[in-house]
Amino acid sequence: MASAVASSLSVHAAPKSTMPLARHDPAWVRWSLTTAALLFLAFFVLLPLAAVFTEAFRRGIGAYLLAFRDPDAIASIKLTLLTAAIAVPANLVFGIAAAWSITKFNFRGKSLLTTLIDLPFAVSPVISGLVYVLVFGLQGWLGSWLQAHDIKIIFAVPGIVLATTFVTFPFVARELIPLMQSQGADEEYAAITLGANGWQTFWRVTLPNIKWGLLYGVILCNARAMGEFGAVSVVSGHIRGETNTMPLHVEILYNEYNLVSAFAVASLLALLAIITLVLKSLVEWRYAKSGS
Amino acid sequence: MSTARISRSVLPGFGLSLGFTLAYLGLIVLVPLSAAFLKTAGMSWHDFTDAVASPRVLASYRLSFGASLAAGLVNAFFGLLVAWVLVRYPFPGRRVVDALVDLPFALPTAVAGIALTAIYSKNGWVGQWLEPHGIKVAFTEIGVFVALTFIGLPFVVRTLQPVLEELEPEIEEASASLGANRWQTMSRVILPELLPALLTGFALAFARALGEYGSVVFISGNMPMRTEITPLLIITKLEQYDYRGATAIAVVLLIVSFVMLLLINLLQKWSRRFHRI
Repeated sequence: MASAVASSLSVHAAPKSTMPLARHDPAWVRWSLTTAALLFLAFFVLLPLAAVFTEAFRRGIGAYLLAFRDPDAIASIKLTLLTAAIAVPANLVFGIAAAWSITKFNFRGKSLLTTLIDLPFAVSPVISGLVYVLVFGLQGWLGSWLQAHDIKIIFAVPGIVLATTFVTFPFVARELIPLMQSQGADEEYAAITLGANGWQTFWRVTLPNIKWGLLYGVILCNARAMGEFGAVSVVSGHIRGETNTMPLHVEILYNEYNLVSAFAVASLLALLAIITLVLKSLVEWRYAKSGS
Repeated sequence: MSTARISRSVLPGFGLSLGFTLAYLGLIVLVPLSAAFLKTAGMSWHDFTDAVASPRVLASYRLSFGASLAAGLVNAFFGLLVAWVLVRYPFPGRRVVDALVDLPFALPTAVAGIALTAIYSKNGWVGQWLEPHGIKVAFTEIGVFVALTFIGLPFVVRTLQPVLEELEPEIEEASASLGANRWQTMSRVILPELLPALLTGFALAFARALGEYGSVVFISGNMPMRTEITPLLIITKLEQYDYRGATAIAVVLLIVSFVMLLLINLLQKWSRRFHRI
């Protein structure tokens, strides 16, 4: 669903420095429109970001750091890192496999497959969690079997990883498919004809060609994996120190009116968002350079 | 299956990559999603309508659809403005501002939720100025609208930007040389050209807003019949162990999402055809 947004690598062409006269708006129009746009962004985007850090440091740096002494906070950070460390590589491998099959071969049902890959973007996060409860929950399809074998998925770490994998499912594939489509398969054909085997072709020809798109997809995928709230909220069970990811820990602290700690943990996530945006811009810039 | 064409391909790995793709897609996405539909298929029609059309659920549809629509419209207007300024008017710091547009994607929804609540509550940066005038944002429908506007912001900008960049200067020059003033060129030439992308962006923002949960639950206050969004009701029913009720509402929301997805795909096809002419 966010395909139009996700596959925006090619968006940022440099503006033409000289505008023809017919496209030139009077200075007062330019100034007022630019001001209005910047005010809107400042109000809706910058203000919330600033609020996170202001609230986090409201009682000074000591109170801020205290939030990270809490073993539950540390456990939530570890769980978030673990979840991303499983979900992101899984979707990375999937993204490459899906893009390879879709862009290098012809088969029937290709466009249906491409649409189905996008499906998780169209599903509400809450529903993304719910469907796993229906499969693995106590009353779910596999519930009694799992209980008989003493395997916990829902209200445990595997459920959190699964729900996160679901919501971040399309990110890498969505970047790679249009990119590899535009590159075609000629270079791979050449490599095979010259005697390379499949893996050599992939590692030495395809991968260098797609590395920026791949990195771009991984950055977006990782940001969503670490920040997901709705889907993991449904499957986590909110057991402190065990099944709380960072966003869930923020919620618990906030609901306990422990605002400084809530915003302190939130500030780490906000920092992650800022790093994501910086990396994303760098990759776009590198990509534009290597593409031209 | 056009096996003839496949066997002619020299490249290896078709079976492996497609097999893995289908297995992974099936296990992670399709089987779990089908569980929701199968669970609901087992309900009687009476139980189903009871679950999805009770007054409390109907109130949540009204809020979710209304606030998503309002947020989508505001984003369509300001998204057009932001995209236009970013593409047409170079100004210092343009790259930073451009990157900032994606913040609502990158910022975890729960963080956005508590930050917006802090800003718009009684003592917050904005709330303290609005409250004396009798305007309450946090814990009202307006708060839901504000959160959904934040979350949908990048969609319109990011769908419009490439279209604006590819807009050929000739059509504006032609329009100007035929005697149109700037406003006429804008409303009769540029806007119609942008319309498909604008609608696509609006539809994407609207669809995202319908399912949004994290950024809304903190600011909405979650009062039954007044400020409960539909995804929240799914969670509420789950917490009461009403799995059937939760799933029934989820299916309604899923069907709406799939219709939106179809509509967006059609819009994108239309916009592509539009631009080939």
